[in-house]
Amino acid sequence: MGKILTRMGDGFLSEMTEGELQKDIEEGTKDAAERAGVPPLSADELKHLFDIYRSPAKFVSVEPGNEIVLSFDAGTLKLQRLGINTGRIHNIQIMERAMGADTMEMGHIDYSYKAVKPIVGDEQQEFEQALLVSTLPLFYGAMPNLAIYSQPDGPVANSAELLPLGKIAESRAAQEEAVELAVKDMVYVGSAMYESGADGINFDTTGAAGDPDFLATLRATKTLKEKYPEMCIELGMAGEFILGMHGKLEFEGVRLAGLYPHEQVKLAQRAGVTIFGPTVNTNTSRSCAWNIARAITFIKPCVANATIPVHANMGMGVGGAPVVDNPPTDAISRASKAMVEIGRLDGL
Amino acid sequence: MQMTRGMRIREAKAYVAQKLSVSVQDLADPVRMAEVRDDLDLGLVRSLPHRVKGIDAKFRIAELLDIGINCVNRFRDRVGKKFK
Repeated sequence: MGKILTRMGDGFLSEMTEGELQKDIEEGTKDAAERAGVPPLSADELKHLFDIYRSPAKFVSVEPGNEIVLSFDAGTLKLQRLGINTGRIHNIQIMERAMGADTMEMGHIDYSYKAVKPIVGDEQQEFEQALLVSTLPLFYGAMPNLAIYSQPDGPVANSAELLPLGKIAESRAAQEEAVELAVKDMVYVGSAMYESGADGINFDTTGAAGDPDFLATLRATKTLKEKYPEMCIELGMAGEFILGMHGKLEFEGVRLAGLYPHEQVKLAQRAGVTIFGPTVNTNTSRSCAWNIARAITFIKPCVANATIPVHANMGMGVGGAPVVDNPPTDAISRASKAMVEIGRLDGL
Repeated sequence: MQMTRGMRIREAKAYVAQKLSVSVQDLADPVRMAEVRDDLDLGLVRSLPHRVKGIDAKFRIAELLDIGINCVNRFRDRVGKKFK
């Protein structure tokens, strides 16, 4: 029996037998099921996944009827990073007209709410112009990025430095202070951009700094939705597991540390999130097939628990995609097809 | 429809198809949708004279889908005109 050409999580090509591929998929789903306390993929789903990954085609796609819509994070930065020296308004038009994007997001190169706060007026005027020359739904986005509120980048004592010194209470107090500052910044910038016409606000890599980061974003969402009930808020996560950097933070009585996507989405909904973007990080030592089986196992119950649209994060190092700057189309197309057809997503 | 009404994908497709008088299958057909966009003034991929562009098309989309679009409402307020 011939070998199947596939990729590892680090992006490099690998050959597997059918038996090895099957084993990897089974181990991937088992890993996620055990960690999150959710069901593994069914026999039919495993077979579907196996068929996708053993296909010899360089590119695969969904079957007709399974098309979904795409939303983006760091939208306007993607072309800038390629060294294509166009402005953000041009990037939006290129994505809309040449790349067929369903939605787009404008973001600043210093892609954090704290960084955007002092220059929000400049962001607003450019965003207002972008809205005039584009038709697709246009988000404004940035990261909560609680880490930059810590010294030396911010005013708050550095909780990561306090922890190894055994100063747990001080570390927690510093994180709580960062939460207050971050909520203010997210509400300020979100309000400004919405009043400039943003069709939606995106909070990207939520939870990157652990449970305080998640809490700040949930609270900012709640405040913004109370202020602007019609606002669309997309909340994209940083990883599948909320790290307990503080450990005791709660949102409406639910402890945040340790939550997986199927639990995260419930809180996001309660806060008023419109579109939820779960994230599963890629393990570079395992195959892409292992990674996608694991990712879908986390995400399927998230979709089932959701009453709002779910747009799983896919791209470099997340959603079963390899950890490379430009994921190869063979890997990203397989992961996308699997996510949509087995994960039953509303978008990517 | 996901952004304004929180619809899941199947519901969103059904809603839009009904509003545009097309089938759900047609929504993913670029040839069919090019005709629909031209007929209903929803904006084209290719930029042609005398056709709606940019935010103009968003006014049409808001009207056809019966949804509130934030930038459309803000633009309307800024220019101070009433549109039927």
